[in-house]
Amino acid sequence: MITVQQVVFALFAVLTLGGAIGVVAARKLFHAALWMVLAFFGVAGLYLLLEAPFFAALQLFIYIGGIAVLTVMAIMVTRGIMKPKEPVFTYAIGAAGTALAFLVMLGLFIFKTPVWDVAAPTGEVDPNGLRALGQALVSPSAYLLPFEVASVLLLAVLVGALFIAREKE
Amino acid sequence: MNVWQFLADFFVNVGAWMGELLSGWGLSPFWVSLIVKVVGGLALAIGPLTAVLFLIWYARKVIGRIQDRMGPTNDGTAAGPFALLQAVADAIKMLTKEFVFPKERDRVVFLIAPVLAVAVAVAVWAVIPFGPQGMQFVDLNIGVFYVVALASLAFFAMLMAGWSSHNKYANLGAFRAVSMIVSYEIPQMLALLVPVMLAGSMGMQGLVRAQEVPFIVMVPVPALIYFLAMTAEVGRLPFEQAEADAEIVAGYFVEYSGMLFGAFYLAEFINNLSASFVFTVLFLGGWRGPWVEQAPVLGLVWISLKAFLVFTLLTFFWGAMPRLRIDHILGFSWKFLTPLALVMLVVVALVDKAVQAAGLTSPWGRAGWLFLANAAVALVTVALLYRAERRQQAAREARRFAIVR
Repeated sequence: MITVQQVVFALFAVLTLGGAIGVVAARKLFHAALWMVLAFFGVAGLYLLLEAPFFAALQLFIYIGGIAVLTVMAIMVTRGIMKPKEPVFTYAIGAAGTALAFLVMLGLFIFKTPVWDVAAPTGEVDPNGLRALGQALVSPSAYLLPFEVASVLLLAVLVGALFIAREKE
Repeated sequence: MNVWQFLADFFVNVGAWMGELLSGWGLSPFWVSLIVKVVGGLALAIGPLTAVLFLIWYARKVIGRIQDRMGPTNDGTAAGPFALLQAVADAIKMLTKEFVFPKERDRVVFLIAPVLAVAVAVAVWAVIPFGPQGMQFVDLNIGVFYVVALASLAFFAMLMAGWSSHNKYANLGAFRAVSMIVSYEIPQMLALLVPVMLAGSMGMQGLVRAQEVPFIVMVPVPALIYFLAMTAEVGRLPFEQAEADAEIVAGYFVEYSGMLFGAFYLAEFINNLSASFVFTVLFLGGWRGPWVEQAPVLGLVWISLKAFLVFTLLTFFWGAMPRLRIDHILGFSWKFLTPLALVMLVVVALVDKAVQAAGLTSPWGRAGWLFLANAAVALVTVALLYRAERRQQAAREARRFAIVR
């Protein structure tokens, strides 16, 4: 008997994987970006299924609202993007072979790793999990330093990008 | 249960009645709750769609009066009293019009964009609390964050429309819209954090429950910041860069015709209305009002009235404001609203902690101190702006009268 959860999971899994395939298979770069949005959306759905609505909203906000929008804007300012020329990439078979070999290796690694035999957590989801996460991010004994280092890194990236993009006077 | 009791909590009772009826037919509890939810969702989605028919008429009438015109009238037409049916006639006309597609359009993306725009606009309504208990489709504990996350999908609809039209005006409109919305999302989020911090909850229902004193009294400056950022978010004048009919025709939906154009128009009005509702929930106390405890259905009346007032203010902006230049708009966000919002966040957090430490737990005492802190920040800001303006003026004068060698 298939439960509703399984159906919903299958739906979001198909969205995610279909989107991911679309990204690499699309002819136009803009379409690839849109497929990427679909894949992000599918992942957000999976978070919802795991009863983590906060992460689902984060996924929408950061990945679609931030990353995908920036990608699309970059694509839109690229010249001649509406009419794709003949593909310049001619090593398709070699690339597919490399990707396949990599996938097999990764798959072997994943299935040989015993970490995945964890029993499913029982009982209710901790309602204070989000609070605990927030406190962990700002408490010095937990993740305050990595959190701040990450933000400094992003700031450096921002300043660097501005420096590169600035027109010479 | 007599008629008055039934009416007092009308929506919840109808839901319960439907649930009982369905289980009476022998359906399992899962299907009963599913069907009740789906019917409720459809009923909820019809709300904004019909409200828009009235709001279009209202906006046209208000703008007409501002510009010393009559607006739509029933003179010689069958538009009913005060031309109330004008918008209905417009909708029917729109539905029967031919679709004209640009030759070089991107077929699928071109058609998905308007659908996405309307779907996202309506989806916001799922978390708006129209009353104390049960009169909300789903009370997510991340309610406000859900609304913000949906906005990111909304500007994807704009980007898709702009790109797939293969038109320079559409592309320009999409660019302007996205750069503006991305900039204004920052002060909006920062201002949003203030009520969330005061209420200790991101859920819409929790925010309303925390507002024994409406937050607009407690923290007027963040309320103003949020209102301005929200105006930019829904693309209303003076931040109407995405459409700007005088410059880029109609921006990202210039190539759309018939009901596809209608979909964007609809989404725009729904966005205006739902932004008004969200502002009401965040700062105006949501469904709070007299006699809500006795008759929860009154919550719908109060929240609608408040949201209608906010919508009216947006319409006044529409009728009375000029369109600012895009660099001025972006500068205003980055150089003024964002720093001010950051300062407000810190000030409110510190003052609120100090007030709690001092043991002032009554809501009005807390509100008084927070209001004073807000007033102080506002005064300092105005003084700083005044000084900056004086300096700029002096610099301009110096340039004007400088001796050119």
